[in-house]
Amino acid sequence: MSNATQLLRFITAGSVDDGKSTLIGRLLHDSKSIFEDQFSAISKTSEKRGMGAVDLSLLTDGLQAEREQGITIDVAYRYFATPKRKFIIGDTPGHEQYTRNMVTAASTANLVVILIDARKGVLVQTRRHTYLASLLGVPHVVLAVNKMDMVDYSKQRFEEIVGEYKRFAAQLNVHDVHCIPLSALNGDMVVDRGDNLDWYQGPALLELLETIAIDRDVNTDDFRFPVQWVCRPQTDEHHDFRGFAGRIEAGEVSVGDEVTVLPSGRTSKVREIVTYDGKLQTAFAPQSVTITLADEIDISRGDMLVKSSAHPPKVEKEFEAMLCWLSEAPLDKNRKYLVKHTTRTAKCLFSKLDYRVDVNTLEQHAAEKLNMNDIARVALKIQQPLVFDSYEIDRATGSFIVIDEATNNTVAAGMIA
Amino acid sequence: MSGLLVADRPVRSIVPEPALDLKHGNIGNERESMTAHTFTHLDALESESIHIMREVAAECKNPALLFSGGKDSIVMLRLAEKAFRPAKFPFPLVHIDTEHNFPEVIACRDKLAADLGERLIVRSLEDSIRRGTIVIKDPDKPRNPYQSVTLLETIAEFGFDACMGGARRDEEKARAKERIFSFRDEFGQWDPKNQRPELWDTYNTRVHNGENIRVFPISNWTEMDIWEYIGREKLHIPEIYFAHEREVIRRGGNVIPVSHLVQPRPGEKIEVATVRFRTVGDMTCTAPVESTARTVDEIIEETATTRITERGATRMDDQTSDASMELRKKEGYF
Repeated sequence: MSNATQLLRFITAGSVDDGKSTLIGRLLHDSKSIFEDQFSAISKTSEKRGMGAVDLSLLTDGLQAEREQGITIDVAYRYFATPKRKFIIGDTPGHEQYTRNMVTAASTANLVVILIDARKGVLVQTRRHTYLASLLGVPHVVLAVNKMDMVDYSKQRFEEIVGEYKRFAAQLNVHDVHCIPLSALNGDMVVDRGDNLDWYQGPALLELLETIAIDRDVNTDDFRFPVQWVCRPQTDEHHDFRGFAGRIEAGEVSVGDEVTVLPSGRTSKVREIVTYDGKLQTAFAPQSVTITLADEIDISRGDMLVKSSAHPPKVEKEFEAMLCWLSEAPLDKNRKYLVKHTTRTAKCLFSKLDYRVDVNTLEQHAAEKLNMNDIARVALKIQQPLVFDSYEIDRATGSFIVIDEATNNTVAAGMIA
Repeated sequence: MSGLLVADRPVRSIVPEPALDLKHGNIGNERESMTAHTFTHLDALESESIHIMREVAAECKNPALLFSGGKDSIVMLRLAEKAFRPAKFPFPLVHIDTEHNFPEVIACRDKLAADLGERLIVRSLEDSIRRGTIVIKDPDKPRNPYQSVTLLETIAEFGFDACMGGARRDEEKARAKERIFSFRDEFGQWDPKNQRPELWDTYNTRVHNGENIRVFPISNWTEMDIWEYIGREKLHIPEIYFAHEREVIRRGGNVIPVSHLVQPRPGEKIEVATVRFRTVGDMTCTAPVESTARTVDEIIEETATTRITERGATRMDDQTSDASMELRKKEGYF
C-alpha cells in the first residue's frame, strides 16, 4: 500500500509562546495521528492541572521530570504518516539549552519549520533559528507565520513579515524558503485550508510537507563510500570473499567503475556490489552495500572509496571548521580530544579559535574560550589525515563530532569549512 | 546539494543568488527528481539500521543482539543478515527468558536461530532466582521488572560492552527521548537528563570498562513500518500475531489469555474470543486484541485504522503509571 512513500525528517523551531506545541498537536490531531489512549491520558493530566482545554504539548513530554515541571528537557522524536509520506518530527525545547538541542535535531533534518507570532513578527529568536538552520545545512526552511487569527488574517501583515524575513534571510545561505500564514489554534492552513485565508494561494503546511522535493538533498554527484566494516566470511563457500561494507554517503557507483582508496591513493575497479537481496549493477546514496574490488589492496575501516569527479575530497591533517560546543565543561585548548569523522576516529588539537558567533545578533567576537552552546570558527590539527569535503558540499563527509577521552562524552559538533 | 551553503561567515556578506521570490510564499527550487531511483521510507529505515549495526560490529569489542522471538527482534535478525552476510554475525544472539513466555514465541526463537546457524545464548530468570539475586514476591505477577537483573548478570558473565535491542521510539514516551546509542553506567542505569548528544549518523560508541551501551537500530521505525517490512521480506513470525481463537478472561478492562499462569478467579468466566497479539511478552501481562486479521496485509490494514497505541492496548505493566517504562529503564531495563 504505502510502500512507495518517502521519509521526511523535519524539526520545529519556536517557543511555546509561538504556539509550537499547538502546531505539532494540530498536525498530529488533524492528520489523525493521535491515538485514543494517548489523548485520554493527556486529557486526564490537563484536567488534573486545572486547564480548560487539552494541552497538546503533553504529548511530547516523555520524562517524569518534564511532566512534573511542565518543561521539555530533551529532543523528542515523534512519528506520523499520511498516504503520501512518512514523517519524523524532531521536537526541541525552547529554553536555555536551545542551541545544543536545535543543532542536534537539525543535523538530520531535511526541513525546519520556523514559527513566528504574527503579532510580533521577526524576532531575535527567529534570526537565531534561521542561522542555526543555515549553519547545519538544513535544505528547506518553512516560515510559519502563526496566530494569523490575532491579526485579523491580514494579508498586509503577512507580507510585511515575509518582506522583513526575506531581507534577513538574504544575509544567510538559506535558499529554499517557503512562507505560510496559518493559525494553529483554529487549524487554518495546517492540515485543512480553513475559510479565513482565501487570499493565500500557496500550499497548506501538511501539503507542503507532503510534496516538497527532497530527492536532491543528497549530493548525487560525488561518490563517497567510507568503509565501515570489512566482510571476510572465511568459510569454504566464500573462501576468498573480501568485501567492504558501508553506506554510500554521496553519489553512485557501478560495477566496473574505477575507484580510488583514500588516503592511500591506490586504485582498483569495482568487481561486485553485494547485498543480501542479490548483486546490484549500480548503487546510490544512501544505500548500505558491500563492495568487492578487482585487486587485492589493503583497505580497512576508516578508509574511503571515491570516484574521480569535479570535486575531489581533501585529504589533510589540518582544516578549519564551525564548531558548536555541547558540553558543560568548556573547551580546554591545551588538551587533546578525539575527532570522529565518518568511520575514522583520531586525536586532535584545537590550534586556533578564530571567532565566536553571537547567535542572536550574528556578530563575530574574539574567542578566548568556548562554553556550552557557543558556536565558533576554529582550526584543528588531526593526528592522521582525514578524507573530507566541506560541509556545504556534503553533510556526511563534512561533519564530525568531538569526544572527550577522559569522560567519553560527546562535547562538540563540527562542520568543516 | 547545490543551493545549500553553510554560512561560515555569517554576517555582512550578501548572497546574490538565487534571488528569493516570496511572492506566493514560495521559493522556486522545486526540482523534480532527475534520478530514476525509487528509495522508499522502508529502504531509508533499513539502510539506517544496517549502518547502525555495522558501527556496533566495527567499534564495540564484544557486542550482543537481544533476541526474544517477537516481531521486532525478528526484523532485527533480518537487518543483521542484510548487514553482515555472507559472513556470520559478529555477535551472539542473547535471550533473557522470563519463563513467562508464550510457547509459540520460544519455538520461533529457537527455529530462527537454528535456521540462521547463529549462536543463541539463553539466560533465565530462574537462574537468578536460584542464585538469590531475584526474590519473587508474588509468583503470579509479571516478571518484566526482574528482567533487568538477569540481563545485567548476563552482561557481566560475558563481558558485553554493547547490547542491541529492538525497542522503537514510537512505542513509549520515555523511549521517544532515548538516543540510538544509549549509554549505561556500571549499574546499567539510564540517566535521561544526561544523555550524550547524538548528531548526524556519527555515533559515539565509547565506554569505559564495566560500562555498556544499549543500541536501538530500529529506533525510528513505527509499528506500521515493522508490519510493512514483515510483509515485504516475508518474515516468519509466531502464529499468535495472527487472529486465532483463544480462551480468555476479562479482568479490569483487559482481555487476558488463559494459561498455566493465569487461571480464572472465582466469579470470572472463561470465554473463547477471536484475538491476536500486537506485542508478545510476559503471558501474565500481555493482552491480546480482538481481531480477525489473519494475514500480514490484514494486520497492516488494521494497524492503519486502529485508534489505540500498541502498548496502550496490550501492556498492563505499562499502565500502572505514566513513568513505568522510564523507571524500569533507569534500573537497567532495555
